[in-house]
Amino acid sequence: MRLAQSLALENALVQADCIEATEFPDLSSRFRVYAVPKTVINGSGSIEGSLPEQFFLEEILKTLPTPEPCEPPQAT
Amino acid sequence: MSLLREDDAIEVRERLKAMTSPVRLVHFTQELNLEYGHETKQLLEELSALSDQLSLEIHNFLLEKDYAAEYGVDMVPATVVCNGDARGIRFYGLPAGYEFASLLDAILMVSQGDSGLSAESREKVAAIAQPLHLQVFVTPT
Repeated sequence: MRLAQSLALENALVQADCIEATEFPDLSSRFRVYAVPKTVINGSGSIEGSLPEQFFLEEILKTLPTPEPCEPPQAT
Repeated sequence: MSLLREDDAIEVRERLKAMTSPVRLVHFTQELNLEYGHETKQLLEELSALSDQLSLEIHNFLLEKDYAAEYGVDMVPATVVCNGDARGIRFYGLPAGYEFASLLDAILMVSQGDSGLSAESREKVAAIAQPLHLQVFVTPT
């Protein structure tokens, strides 16, 4: 949780939720939480276990679409 | 009966002395219907009494839906760690064990405004240009 909250502190677009898995069984089962900690990223990707800072961040950035280069919108 | 043991409370009080700016804990509950609702509220009350820099607001999730939405809270019990406009860190459930340690970390981090990340990581995080929602599932042990 520490890294997730660090990210939230650095960027207001980041929201870090720490969820007690046994109190929210429906949510835990939806995200197939069988072991903790498990970090679910934007409701799809996930990280199992704890990772060092650099790798945690890399895994997260991998799930985000790269902002550039930007294709100009196709004319219709 | 208090939930925090006396020697734990002393240790937590000591740790909270490192706070450098006020932190607000905004708590949403509907404790009547929740197994851990009452305990969560009590634990937060005991915790917030341990530092002058720490305050606690308690809201009813059912009666204050709009306010909960403002804080991005959609289930309870929920606790948002706030400093000024910053409200990106939330705890769902009774903050016991591991979650209690994380809550303390969050309070200190938010209060000191220091994420502890390396300069390189900070740069990468600052470059994130879209909403990023991290849900970290934990258990008390």
